[in-house]
Amino acid sequence: MNEKIQIQNLDLYYGNFQALNGINFSIGEKAITALIGPSGCGKSTFLRVLNRMNDLIPSVRIEGHVLMDKKNINDKSVDVAELRKKVGMVFQKPNPFPMSIFDNVAYGPRIHGIKEKGKLEEIVEQSLKLAVLWDEVKDRLNSGALGLSGGQQQRLCIARVLSVEPEVLLMDEPTSALDPISTLKVEELAQELKKRFTIIMVTHNMQQAARISDSTAFFLNGEMVEYGKTDLIFTKPHDKRTEDYITGRFG
Amino acid sequence: MKKVQRQEKVAWIVLWTAAGLTMGLLFMIIGYIFKEGLAVINIDFLLDAPRKMGAKGGILPSIVGTVYLTVMTLVIAVPIGVGAAVYLNEYTKDGRLTQAIRFGTEALAGIPSIIFGLFGFAFFVIVLRPVTGGWSVLSGSLTGAVMVLPTIVRTAEEALKTVPMTYREGSLALGASRWQTISKVVLPAAFPGILTGIILAIGRVVGETAALLLTLGGTILMPDSLFSGARTMSMHLYLVAMETGAMDMAFGTAVVLIVTIFIINTVAGMLRKKLVARFR
Amino acid sequence: MRERIIEKLIFLSALTQVLVIVLIGFFVFKEGLPVMDKYGVFNFIFGNTWNPTKQVYGIYPMIIGTIVVTLGSLIMGVPLGVATAIFLAEIAPGKIGRLFRPGIELLAGIPSVVYGLFGMVYVKNLILYLEREVLGNVLPTEYQWGYSILTASIILAVMILPTIINISEDAIRSVPLEYREGSLALGATHWQTIYRVLLPAARSGILASVVLGMGRALGETMAVIMVAGNTVALPRLSILGVFAPVRTLTGNIALEMGYAGPEHQQALFATGIVLFIFIMILNIGAGIISRKGVKQK
Ligand SMILES: Nc1ncnc2c1ncn2[C@@H]1O[C@H](COP(=O)(O)OP(=O)(O)OP(=O)(O)O)[C@@H](O)[C@H]1O
Ligand SMILES: [Mg+2]
Repeated sequence: MNEKIQIQNLDLYYGNFQALNGINFSIGEKAITALIGPSGCGKSTFLRVLNRMNDLIPSVRIEGHVLMDKKNINDKSVDVAELRKKVGMVFQKPNPFPMSIFDNVAYGPRIHGIKEKGKLEEIVEQSLKLAVLWDEVKDRLNSGALGLSGGQQQRLCIARVLSVEPEVLLMDEPTSALDPISTLKVEELAQELKKRFTIIMVTHNMQQAARISDSTAFFLNGEMVEYGKTDLIFTKPHDKRTEDYITGRFG
Repeated sequence: MKKVQRQEKVAWIVLWTAAGLTMGLLFMIIGYIFKEGLAVINIDFLLDAPRKMGAKGGILPSIVGTVYLTVMTLVIAVPIGVGAAVYLNEYTKDGRLTQAIRFGTEALAGIPSIIFGLFGFAFFVIVLRPVTGGWSVLSGSLTGAVMVLPTIVRTAEEALKTVPMTYREGSLALGASRWQTISKVVLPAAFPGILTGIILAIGRVVGETAALLLTLGGTILMPDSLFSGARTMSMHLYLVAMETGAMDMAFGTAVVLIVTIFIINTVAGMLRKKLVARFR
Repeated sequence: MRERIIEKLIFLSALTQVLVIVLIGFFVFKEGLPVMDKYGVFNFIFGNTWNPTKQVYGIYPMIIGTIVVTLGSLIMGVPLGVATAIFLAEIAPGKIGRLFRPGIELLAGIPSVVYGLFGMVYVKNLILYLEREVLGNVLPTEYQWGYSILTASIILAVMILPTIINISEDAIRSVPLEYREGSLALGATHWQTIYRVLLPAARSGILASVVLGMGRALGETMAVIMVAGNTVALPRLSILGVFAPVRTLTGNIALEMGYAGPEHQQALFATGIVLFIFIMILNIGAGIISRKGVKQK
C-alpha cells in the first residue's frame, strides 16, 4: 500500500495548551484509517490539521511536518484553497447550506470556476449517485436542502465534497448525529468510496471502526498511542492503554 | 485560479475603502463642526442668555430647557415603560392583550417623530391646554415620553428576560410576594439593562427637534415652570441656523450637542461595564 | 392591598402602549380627514399645487420628493453600509473593529439638526460648486442653489449608515459557523465564502436593515428641511433632476405648522396621514420579510 500522508513529529498548541504531542505515522492510500480515542484527546484537532482548517483559529501554532504526496502542506507556497479542494471534509453535524439540493452540490464546482449548466448538471448527478442519494432526490433537486432528513443531509454533504474530486476524505464522526439505518448507509458508502479515495474517519463507535477500517490509530491526551492494522489493534493491542480503551475499561 | 485571487483582492480593496469612507465621513463631520464651532465656545457662551434671537450671546436657556425637558420626560416615561415591561415579562403569558401591547410598542417604535409632534400638538397642546398650558415643558415632555416609551419597554423587557428564573424561585420560596420578588430581586438584577434603555432615551430626547417644534413652543426665554414654553439645544441650533443665519452660533451649539452625546455614550458604556461586573 | 394597587398600576402602564397608539391614530386622522374629504382624496394626493392661502392643497410633488430623497439615500447608504458591515464582521483586525464600535455609536447619536447643519453649509457648498462651476451651462438657474435632492440624499445616506451597519453586521455574524466551515473546507476562498454563503444566509437580516434605514430616511424631518430646499415642485424626469430642490412630506408639516390657520393645519395633519400610510406599508413589508427569514431557518 502506498503512503498518502506522512506525519512527522507533529505538535499543536492552542495558545499555551498543547493539544497534539509528537505525532508520528503514515496514512495509506485508498484505505480507511480510523481515529479512535476518548473525548478531548485531539482527534478533531488532528483531522483539522490535514486540511488546515485550524488556520481559522488565530491562537493555533503548529510544529513538525505533514507531508501529502511528499509535499509539506504547511509550506508557504501551498495554496490553502487548492489543498482543501484536494482534502475534503465531512463534519459531525450535517451542514448543508441554506440553498437548494442542486446548488449545494454545485457549490464546489462553481467556486472552482465551472460555469456551464450542462457540466454542472453532470457533476451534480454523478456526485449524488456516488453518494447514493440520487434516487432519493432526483425529483426535487431544486427544493431546499434543509428539508432533507439528517441521514440524507449527511450524504448530501458527502456528495458536495465529492463534487470537487478530492483525493482525501476527512470524516469527523460522520454518523454520530444519525439514526442506525442512516449510519449503515453512510458506512456502506464509505466502504465503496475507499476504492477511489483515501479516507480518514474519526469515530467513537468501536464496532464501526472494527467493521469498516483498514488501519486504526488510537489517540490519548494528545498523543498517538498505537497505530496498526485494525484486526491487530482490536485483537492483540501492544499497549496496555489501548487494550483498556477498546475493552471499555475507561473513558 | 489566478482569477479567483484577483477577485479576492478587488473585494478586499472595496471593503477596506468602504469602511475607511464610513469612518472618514464621521471624522470629517465631527472635525468640520468642531473647526467651525469651537471659536465661539467659552464660559460666557454656556452661561449667557442669547441676544438678537441667538445671533449673539450664549445658549444658557436652551441648556436649561434641555435638562428640564429630559428630566421630565424620564420622570413620565420610565415608570410607565418599566411597568409595561414588568407586566409583559412577569405577569402574563402570551394572550390577546399582550399581543396588542407588543404590537403597540412595535408600531410606536416605527412612527416618525413629526407624527408624534402632530399628535402632541393636537392632544397635549390643544385639547389638554387647561392642564398643560398649551406649548410648554409639560406638553413637550409628554410628547417626548410617548416617543421614548418603546425604547424603554424593549430594553427593560430584554433585561428582565436575562434575569435567571432561579432568582425568582429563590425569593418566592422564601415566602416573598410576587411584587416583593420583582421589586427586591428582579428589578435590581435587571437594572443595568434598564439603565441602558434610559440612556438611549436621553440621547433621543437631546437629539429630538421635529416633535418639540410643535409642542415645546420654542421661546428663547428661560423656562421658569412646567407650564412655560422652552427650547432645547437642538431646537436652538435649528432656529438660529434657519432664522438668523448666524452659522457660527449654530456650529457652537452643535459642538456642545456632540460633546453632550459623547459624554452620554461614554458614561453609559462605563456604567454598563461597572454594573454588569457588580451583578455577576 | 398595596400589592393590588401596584399590580393595577403595572397593568395600566402596559395598557398605555396600546392607548397611545390608538390616540395617535385617532388625533391625526380626526384632524386630517375632514380636509381630505372636503378637498377630495384624489386631488389632495395627486394635485400638483400647494397654496394654502388659496385653499389649494396638492401634495403630489412632496410625495415624489419624499420617495426620491429616500431612494437616493438608499442608493448611496446601502452599499456603503453593507460593505462596512461585511468588513466589520469578517475582515476587520480586532483593534480596528474596537475603534469602529464607538465611532458608529457616535454616528448614530449625532442629532439630526447637526447633520442638517453640516449639510446646509459643507455639502451644500460642494453641490453648489458642482451646479454652478461644472454644470452651470446645462442646469436651469432654479437648480443652481446647492439645496437639492442630491444634497438631502447624501445627508440621509450618512444618517442611515449606523442602522444598516449594525443590523447587517449582526446578521452576518449570526450565520452558523458550520456554513462557513463547510464552504472553506471545499476550497472556497474567504471572499467566495462571504458572497456565496454568508451573504445569502444573512439576506433577511440585511434586508431588514435596509427597511429600517428606509424608515429612518422616510421619517427624517429636520436634516431634510435644512438641505432639501423645500420648493414644492416636481423634479425633472432626467438625471439632472437630482439637482432639483424638493420638499418632503415631513418637511411640509414642520415648516408650516408654526403659522398655519385652522384649515391649513388640517391639511398638514392630512399630510401626516399620508406619511403614516407610507410607514405602515413599509412596516407590513418588513413583517413579511422577517416572517420569510424565520421560515428559512
Ligand atoms: N479552538 C480551541 N481553542 C482551545 N482549545 C481547544 C480548541 N479546540 C479544541 N481545544 C482543546 O483541544 C483538545 C482536543 O480537542 P479535540 O476537539 O481535538 O478533541 P476530540 O478528540 O475531537 O474530542 P471529541 O471526541 O469530544 O470530539 C481538547 O482539550 C479541547 O478542549
Ligand atoms: Mg471531535
